[in-house]
Amino acid sequence: MTDERGSIIYLEDVTVDFDGFKALRHLNFIVNYHELRVVIGPNGAGKTTLLDVISGKAKPQSGRVIFGKDQDLMPLRENQIASLGIGRKFQTPSVYGNLTVWENLELSIKRESKGVFSTLWAKSTPGEAERIDGALVTIGLAEKRSVRAGALSHGEKQWLEIGMVLLQDPTLLLVDEPVAGMTDQETEQTGQLLQSLADKHSIIVIEHDMEFVRQIARTVTVLHEGTVLCEGPVEKIQSDPRVVEIYLGRKKEKASASERVN
Amino acid sequence: MTGQGRESGEGLSFWLVGFCLLIVLPILNVLPEAGSWLHVSDFTLNLFGKFLAFAILALGLDLIWGYTGILSLGHGVFFGLGAYAIGMHMMLSIGTESVYGSALPDFMVWNQVKELPLFWQPFYSAWFAVVAAVLVPTLFAALFGFLAFRSRIKGVYFSIITQALALSAWLVFNRNETNLGGTNGLTDFKTLLGFRLSESGTQRGLYVVTVLCLGGAYLLCRWIIRSRTGKVLVAIRDSEQRVLFSGYSPANYKLFVFVVSAALAGLAGALYVPQVGIITPAQIGVLPSIEMVIWVAVGGRGTLVGAVLGSVGVNLGRSVLTNHFPELWPFFLGGLFIAVVLFFPEGCVGLVRKVSGGWLSRKRNGDELDKSVAASEPGSR
Repeated sequence: MTDERGSIIYLEDVTVDFDGFKALRHLNFIVNYHELRVVIGPNGAGKTTLLDVISGKAKPQSGRVIFGKDQDLMPLRENQIASLGIGRKFQTPSVYGNLTVWENLELSIKRESKGVFSTLWAKSTPGEAERIDGALVTIGLAEKRSVRAGALSHGEKQWLEIGMVLLQDPTLLLVDEPVAGMTDQETEQTGQLLQSLADKHSIIVIEHDMEFVRQIARTVTVLHEGTVLCEGPVEKIQSDPRVVEIYLGRKKEKASASERVN
Repeated sequence: MTGQGRESGEGLSFWLVGFCLLIVLPILNVLPEAGSWLHVSDFTLNLFGKFLAFAILALGLDLIWGYTGILSLGHGVFFGLGAYAIGMHMMLSIGTESVYGSALPDFMVWNQVKELPLFWQPFYSAWFAVVAAVLVPTLFAALFGFLAFRSRIKGVYFSIITQALALSAWLVFNRNETNLGGTNGLTDFKTLLGFRLSESGTQRGLYVVTVLCLGGAYLLCRWIIRSRTGKVLVAIRDSEQRVLFSGYSPANYKLFVFVVSAALAGLAGALYVPQVGIITPAQIGVLPSIEMVIWVAVGGRGTLVGAVLGSVGVNLGRSVLTNHFPELWPFFLGGLFIAVVLFFPEGCVGLVRKVSGGWLSRKRNGDELDKSVAASEPGSR
């Protein structure tokens, strides 16, 4: 049984060094069960690196990454971490363009084994088909189940990928800029979708779009230069002078830079 | 369901083509008199046997390149390993019929090798040679692939490293010290399993075995492509990262498909050698490996039929052209490749589909991939 007290993900003193550039510096970051956490911060603050560390794509030079009660993620590879129940939705939609929507979902569904040989003889079970049908409704692509994923619109691809991640049955969902490039209406729908998922899953969302953040956020973490600058409810964060400083300060710099050019 | 109708239609053409290749062609070789227009000469049948052996290799290459998106420029090596295994056995079965009358192969006498090297000994057994022809390339591909895919060598880097493999294999097989016949390779074979290779009956038998192997290889590849593993292979081509983060290990899937294609290449080499009568390093190096890729490209990668058509078609063109204008062939081959890349990237199968337009596209098969999507994401390979 999973113990649902305490944190679902726990990062302690994590440092990631890319050839001298410290993407994360002594970062401490905790998310609890059933939490919808939004991570914001200027470019280069380490937001995507944070997701890379949790999902196994980047390995920290030091620190601890603990999933659930005591699962150490540091020695595991990406696919092993995914099998533990950490799903990741990428910033640019990554779906399988040559397969149908249904096939995309079918490959992603959680299974006992995803090895070559068990997959060679595998057949879909009725239970799986039911789950895929359910996911198709959730992401609003029921009509397009037989369409090649490459032919979907940008927003539909994003939703398909969310559906794919959901079928992995993750306890923790990592979502990187889900509404980038979406229309206002799609953004709104995506926000509703994420909020409805927050009942059953813990979710970490990285986002730039402040309006979207206000729509979905409960707790916001602000990253700056690889560490947590501050953390709290969205209203408090917005009025925090330090946050204003790093966002506006950059704008000021840019403004003065362009003045100088002129 | 239209899907089932399509499948039975495809099954029908499989059996029809199989019937023609397996029954009709050999009968036309035996029954009509030599002058008759229906007569298929020994030469033609032998030529087709060679082409169909190539087609087995092309199927495997298509599996890894067309479906999984991994371009291997080293399949000549696996072909060569299979070919040399059978070649070594046939060298030993020459016995004292050789030019120097020694039990050792002629080239060893020539190189003043006094004793048969240890690694040649087991090749006295025909069955060992047959098993080795498939198993050696399989194991070699498993080792090479394991190292390459574990280290996450991808895309153009994998292509370069396999090309380096082809070059080094060529160098190793060329050396006299390797005791594999050096530049001249292995040739002058007399018998296989007691049958004399010079007799047309033997060649007909080899042809029939090749057709059967090709049929088996086709069914194997089709089965893989239609399984969920086949879908994962296409998924790796489309978005390897997504596959990895969905809980699959792409490295294992790539290793699997690399090994299967190497085994098919070894089988192709084993069938090629007794029908052609010679194997030299020149047939396994960098250039032949690239040519194999061209067969698949011309036929249409991502379609099993395309791989078979491409290897037979290009090699037929080669036979005709090298007969009449031997100096033109390299230009023709290069031109063909450029034309395929520029004008019909989906090969002949894609071209036919485009020309026949909506009718065929509506009959689109799950086995076949749309290249336009892949082409729009060059960074992913």
